[in-house]
Amino acid sequence: MAGGMTPAPQGNGTGYRAIVGPLLIPTWVMIGIFLVLPVLLMAVYSFLTKEFRGGVVWDFTLAAYDQFFLNRGLFGDEPPVIEWTYITIFWRSIWQAALATLICLIVGFPTAWFIATRPARTRAVWLFLVTVPYWVNLLIRTVSLKFLIRENGPLNESLMALGLITDPLPLVNTNLAVQLGLFYSYLPFMVLPVYAAVERYNFALSEAAADLYASRWVTLREIVLPVVKPGIIAGCILVFVPSLGAFLAPDLLGGAKTFMIGSLIDEQFRGSQGNWPFGAAAAMILMTLVLIVLTVYARAQTKGDAR
Amino acid sequence: MSTAIDIRSVVKRYGTATALHGVSLSIADNEFFTLLGPSGCGKTTLLRCIAGFEDVTEGEIRLFGQNIAGLDPNHRPVNTVFQQYALFPHMSVLENVAFGLKMKGVSLSDRTARAGRMLEMVHLSAFADRLPAQLSGGQQQRVALARALAPEPKVLLLDEPLSALDLKLRQAMRVELKTLQEQTGITFIFVTHDQEEALTMSDRIAVMSQGRVQQIGTARDIYEAPVNRFVADFIGETNLLEVTVDRIEGGIARVTLPGGHTITCPTAATTPGKHHISIRPERLSISAAGDLTATVERVVYLGTDLQLLARLTTGEEFHIRLQNSARAQVPAPGSTVALHLEEGAARLLAD
Ligand SMILES: Nc1ncnc2c1ncn2[C@@H]1O[C@H](COP(=O)(O)OP(=O)(O)O)[C@@H](O)[C@H]1O
Ligand SMILES: [Mg+2]
Repeated sequence: MAGGMTPAPQGNGTGYRAIVGPLLIPTWVMIGIFLVLPVLLMAVYSFLTKEFRGGVVWDFTLAAYDQFFLNRGLFGDEPPVIEWTYITIFWRSIWQAALATLICLIVGFPTAWFIATRPARTRAVWLFLVTVPYWVNLLIRTVSLKFLIRENGPLNESLMALGLITDPLPLVNTNLAVQLGLFYSYLPFMVLPVYAAVERYNFALSEAAADLYASRWVTLREIVLPVVKPGIIAGCILVFVPSLGAFLAPDLLGGAKTFMIGSLIDEQFRGSQGNWPFGAAAAMILMTLVLIVLTVYARAQTKGDAR
Repeated sequence: MSTAIDIRSVVKRYGTATALHGVSLSIADNEFFTLLGPSGCGKTTLLRCIAGFEDVTEGEIRLFGQNIAGLDPNHRPVNTVFQQYALFPHMSVLENVAFGLKMKGVSLSDRTARAGRMLEMVHLSAFADRLPAQLSGGQQQRVALARALAPEPKVLLLDEPLSALDLKLRQAMRVELKTLQEQTGITFIFVTHDQEEALTMSDRIAVMSQGRVQQIGTARDIYEAPVNRFVADFIGETNLLEVTVDRIEGGIARVTLPGGHTITCPTAATTPGKHHISIRPERLSISAAGDLTATVERVVYLGTDLQLLARLTTGEEFHIRLQNSARAQVPAPGSTVALHLEEGAARLLAD
């Protein structure tokens, strides 16, 4: 991962630690309060019993996980078989998130490259433009997107006015709309880290490659991409992880067929219909999945670098 | 001997700024040719035009007779040792050196063997598996050299390759570079702003200033027979005096020095009138009756030499170098000395 590339500061033993130790206390407190505590809370809730009008009863049980993975029939008295409903939702979500990441990369890399190769003065303007949508709340942006692409919205109206289509395209409630929503929501998370990597890229390397008979395409593949890889990986993680847990875009732009993990979890904590332990369990499973992916990746990465 | 590179009236403009004003040079195959000049004179620009990273605005560059204007850098049989080395940071030393061969389609076993031999040549076999970041500056420099030499280019371009090294290493590398050039028989075009580097290694030198070639010649030509003030002043140390030329005949000028003495000396100027004369400070001796008279202001001890900072009776500043031998009669500051111009001390310049 990107962080793994920075060399550790060269401390000279105890003196260094004695100074840095106390300085790190605020960091540890922050991590404790905002990271460890909520996750622990979630973990505990996932093992509690559901209360009927939302909330929990403090009886420890594996019921939430049981419900997620196993199907014991309508009355819970049949022999357990694997419950595919939620696994399918997870699988579909991973797929959607991976596709969104790929699309963000395909669009984001050239964008980042374009910005990084502008003169220094205009780069700041371009970066600012990339972040402008972020001044508006995600919910409002997603609703606006829905408005734009609905059957009698501006997109369809203008396409019909131009005579390119005769009937409005049914975009809302499709996978395509969800992809569009995810892409629009998270593209800057790809552009910014890739930009940071490309901006640091030494273009003399490309000249050296061309000097040694590499074509442009080979230079991109053999030199540019490997060198800016940390930025690309950071961008992919920053897009993939929130896409996986996204619920606004799937809820507003997708339909029942595009139901994703984010929406599933979100639903469990809404109103009196919810099931807090089940939502917590689904969140824990999602987190475990993400951590496994990242760990496997980080392992592969350090092995590659240690060569 | 055939011509490796023929540069004909090359002009390079960046917008309104002109980096090269009609440069013409011819470099022979197998030659160690140096572009020497102060920073900003256009050396890198000229190299980049040869390598293909820049298009020339006017003029043409011929490589073994072929106009290379339309060729992209990856199609020119020319390799570059970059000033900051530009080694591929994610590849091992061996992979770096083998890269050009890989691009030329040489098989893995062949290119590994050849890259290995190149590393042997630059004494880095033990470092083949390291990443560039794990090498010292001098080692990185040698990797860059091996990488550029491995595909056996017809011409090797070197852009101030030694400038980032410390003095001892730089001196050792000068010898090594010269040896490599002789071993491989590849034409080297070497760029430097360091006149000592240029004088010690080159077969021929082109002295550049402000986008123009001032003079082309061997180290001896350029030092002994500079054509103008820029070259005389840039190469070594010299005294430039404005003089009146009485007569020029058969490459010899008759010149009246400040103070009234008349001498004859070789000349780059062809017409009489006001010109500058270059007088090398180490080719002067203190004698009873001389061509010039000066008052010594300071004596600087340089170890092998003594430098006298003096002023002529006519007011011009004047430097004199004396060998620091036991017999040297060192004039005291404030004393007045008569200076005798030895053979080859003076040369009349074109400007
Ligand atoms: N890309 C460029 N754009 C504008 N001017 C340039 C560019 N590259 C070089 N120059 C100008 O051309 C002149 C020669 O530069 P350069 O060839 O790098 O000199 P040197 O290598 O001798 O130090 C300088 O005045 C420099 O400012
Ligand atoms: Mg330069």
